[in-house]
Order: sequence, then structure tokens, then C-alpha cells
Amino acid sequence: MSPAVRITAADKTYANGVRALLPVDLSVSAGEFVTLLGPSGCGKSTLLNMVAGLLLPSSGSVIVADGMRTAFVFQEATLMPWARVAANVRLPLDLQGIARAQADSRVEAALALVGLSKFAQARPRELSGGMRMRASIARALVTTPGLLLMDEPFGALDEITRNRLDDELLRLRAEHKLTVLFVTHSIHEAVYLSDRVIVMAARPGRIVDEIAITPDVSRDDAYRVSTGFASYARRLQDALLAASVEADEALA
Amino acid sequence: MLRRAFPALLMGTAVLVLWQWWVTAFDIPPFLVPSPRLVVATLVNDWSLLGGSLLVTLKVTFLSLVCAVLLGVAIAFAFVQSRWIESAFFPYAVLLQVTPIVAIAPLIIIWVQSPTLSLVICATIVAIFPVISNTTLGLRSVNPGLARLFRMNGATRWQTLIRLRVPSALPYFFGGLRVASGLALIGAVVAEFVAGTGGTGSGLAYQILQAGYQLNIPRMFAALVLIAATGVALFVLMGALSGWALGGWHESALPTAEDAA
Repeated sequence: MSPAVRITAADKTYANGVRALLPVDLSVSAGEFVTLLGPSGCGKSTLLNMVAGLLLPSSGSVIVADGMRTAFVFQEATLMPWARVAANVRLPLDLQGIARAQADSRVEAALALVGLSKFAQARPRELSGGMRMRASIARALVTTPGLLLMDEPFGALDEITRNRLDDELLRLRAEHKLTVLFVTHSIHEAVYLSDRVIVMAARPGRIVDEIAITPDVSRDDAYRVSTGFASYARRLQDALLAASVEADEALA
Repeated sequence: MLRRAFPALLMGTAVLVLWQWWVTAFDIPPFLVPSPRLVVATLVNDWSLLGGSLLVTLKVTFLSLVCAVLLGVAIAFAFVQSRWIESAFFPYAVLLQVTPIVAIAPLIIIWVQSPTLSLVICATIVAIFPVISNTTLGLRSVNPGLARLFRMNGATRWQTLIRLRVPSALPYFFGGLRVASGLALIGAVVAEFVAGTGGTGSGLAYQILQAGYQLNIPRMFAALVLIAATGVALFVLMGALSGWALGGWHESALPTAEDAA
């Protein structure tokens, strides 16, 4: 089976000469949950934006499988403050020119998925940060994407809300057989969510390691405190540390 | 609302009472400073004259405000469509803004035959700038995340304009409208003064001029009161309009913690 995303020797150098990303090879299988983990400036968002088609690689190629619909969830909820939650979620359908009646039923379904049915007529400012992020996820899911790209979506939330949304994301991903490419700088979130973690380092941005996460228990609260979880977290932390020491030595 | 207005009302009443007392106690002649009661009496007695003038001034103010909004918004749309258009025309909009209207008004009044039209043109020139600059700024002040979202979903230029730029610009537009409504009144009165000096006119400024010639100071005060009241009414009206349009989502239209207390 061909991969959902295939990145071949893609790199990014900005017009001002800054090398955001050294050539990168990465392929993501359909249904896989892959996390890009690394410090600020490691090019993880650059890579994600290239997959989204928002940025072009300076050289190399980024190919998303034919017919794979893509949806993007930003770091901020980025909702339109003047529009009600339902209208915000309906936006992608409105822009595609989908008939109102059909769009409304899809919006209803998407809001039900994230548990916001009761808040369809609320304004974004009336929602908590976690609820806004759920609305943002509903807006991504309403287009029934195959590939979900998420750029530190829960980074601004408190830990309890974040853990709950992590669980919801895993459930949605299983129910809809989503392929997910997820960006985070949280080691624990990476271990909890991912099938595979790509460890990246900064200055210049590059991939330094790749660790498959295959826990023998189900991913739930008990998993968070299991020794398996801790050892994965340890391996990721070591990989990140090794990369940053290397970078510091290169600077010195 | 009433509780917030209370200090201002108390202050105003105190000044009026003090004024009335001072004029009576020191026997100030009404052709120098009329008492508040005399001003009110003049307002009532001369209402047939002043009321008509008020209508004339109101008509010019509203027409010029409408023109300023329609033209100003159209110009702002043109500016955001192309940087070239903006760089070509914006300096002249500034030129229009910084040239005092009293200096241009005589020319316009000579050129344009219809008195109402010439006054409306003058007042529009005064009022249009804040509409242009605020609306342009607003149309450009789009949340970059939302702009990216629109782009990712393949929004057309038109969809982005209507669904993203216009709603984002509304708070800025209403800020400009509030300033423009005051300026439209000022522009109308100033233009009437210029026209009135030339012997034509029938608005409130003309009444002030005439009352000045005749040393009818109470009537002058009465006309002044009407102009001030019109300005306040416009300000309140625009505030209400803005609250209605932005109600429920924009910070400027939301109740503050102080209101709730």
C-alpha cells in the first residue's frame, strides 16, 4: 500500500538565507499517528506546513496520496469571533459551496463528535479554551479528512484539559481511521498519542532519531504512569538531549 | 446606564444653577450673557425659526455623513484591492484632510450652484477621512490564522472579502463612523458659516451669524444649544448602532466588569 504522505529529500531555506530544515525523508502510512517532536526552531512546523501545501520545499518533494483530504488544526483555535460555533464549523463547507441543508447536518454530526452539540449557537468568546479547541477540531473533521495535520493544538491548554483532549483525539482517530501528523514539544503527549515519534533538533532543523511507540497496554490513564510509558519518555528525552548537546558543541 | 450618567447630570445641573444665580445676582445684561431660563424661553419662542434651521443643518449633516460613508468605504475597498491604488491616492486623501475646510469652502460655494449640494460637499470632505483610514486599516487587520484557514480551504478572493475582511473591519469602521458623524456636523456648520457670510443660508450657523449682527445673544445661545445637542445625539446614535452591529462578539460592545458591579 502506498503511504499517505511521502516526503523525499525536502528541505527549506528561506529567502534571507536561514536554513529552516535540512533535507528530510519521511513517509507516513495510512492510519498511522506520527508525531514530530522537538524544540522551537527545529523545523517541525515548517515540515507540517509543507505537507499542508502552505509552504513549498526549496528542493525535494512532498507528496500526499491521491484523494487524501487534508485538514489542519492550528495552535490557536482561530475561530471567527463574530460567528456562532455552528457557523464556524460550517465554514469549510460554505467555502466549498456545499448546500446549506447538507452542510448543517454534517456540522451537527461534527459537533456531536467533539461533544459540543449544546453549544452550536454559542459565540466563541463564551467557550472555555478547551471547548474552543474542540470547535476547531470539529471544523477540521467536518470535511471528513483522511489526513489530519495538527500544529501543537493543545499547547495552550491546562494539563487536565489537554489530557482529556488527547483521549478524545485517540478515540476520533480510531473511529475515523485517520492518519495524523502531529506536532508537539511535549514528550509525554508524544508518547501517549503516537505510533511513531520523529525526534528533531534545531539550528539547523533536522531529523535526528525515530522511535516507534508500541505499548503492550491500552492507551489510558494507567498507561500514563506505567513503566513502559516512562521508558519511552526516557528514550525520547535522551534523544532530544543528545541532539541539543551536539548542536551546542557545533556552535562552540 | 442612569447610574453612570448621574455624575455628569449632577455636574451640568450645578453649573446651570450657578449660572442662573450669577446672572441674576450681578445683574448681567442679557446681551452679554443670557440666563439659562432666557435661553430656554428663546428656544421655545423662536422655535419656528430655529426649528427650521435645525432641520436644514440636520439634512446637510446626514446627507454628508451618508456620502462620506458610501464614498469612504468604496475608496477603502479600492485601497485594499491594490497597493498601487492606495499609494497613488492616499496622499491626496491626506491633503484633503489637512487643508482647512474654511479655506476650500468659498471655492466650492462659488462653483456649485445648489446651496445644499455645496454644503454637503464641504461637510463630506471634512467627514470622509476617518471612514477611509479606519475602514482600510480594518480590512487589512485580519487574523493571520483565519487568513491561512481561508486559503487552505480554497476560498476565492470574493469569499475572503465578504466572509473575513468585512466582518474583521466592522469594529474599525464603526470607530471611524463615530468620529465622522461629529465631523459631518462640524463640516456642515463651518460651511454654513462661509455661505452665511456671503448672505445665503438658512441653517443654524446662519442663525448664529444673524443673531450676532443683531446682538440677539439669547438666540445665539439657543442655536448653540441646538448644535451641541445634535452633536451629542449623533454620538449616542452611532454608539448604539455600533453596539447593535458588534453586540455579542466584539470587546468594545461587551459589558465591562464595572457595568456588572
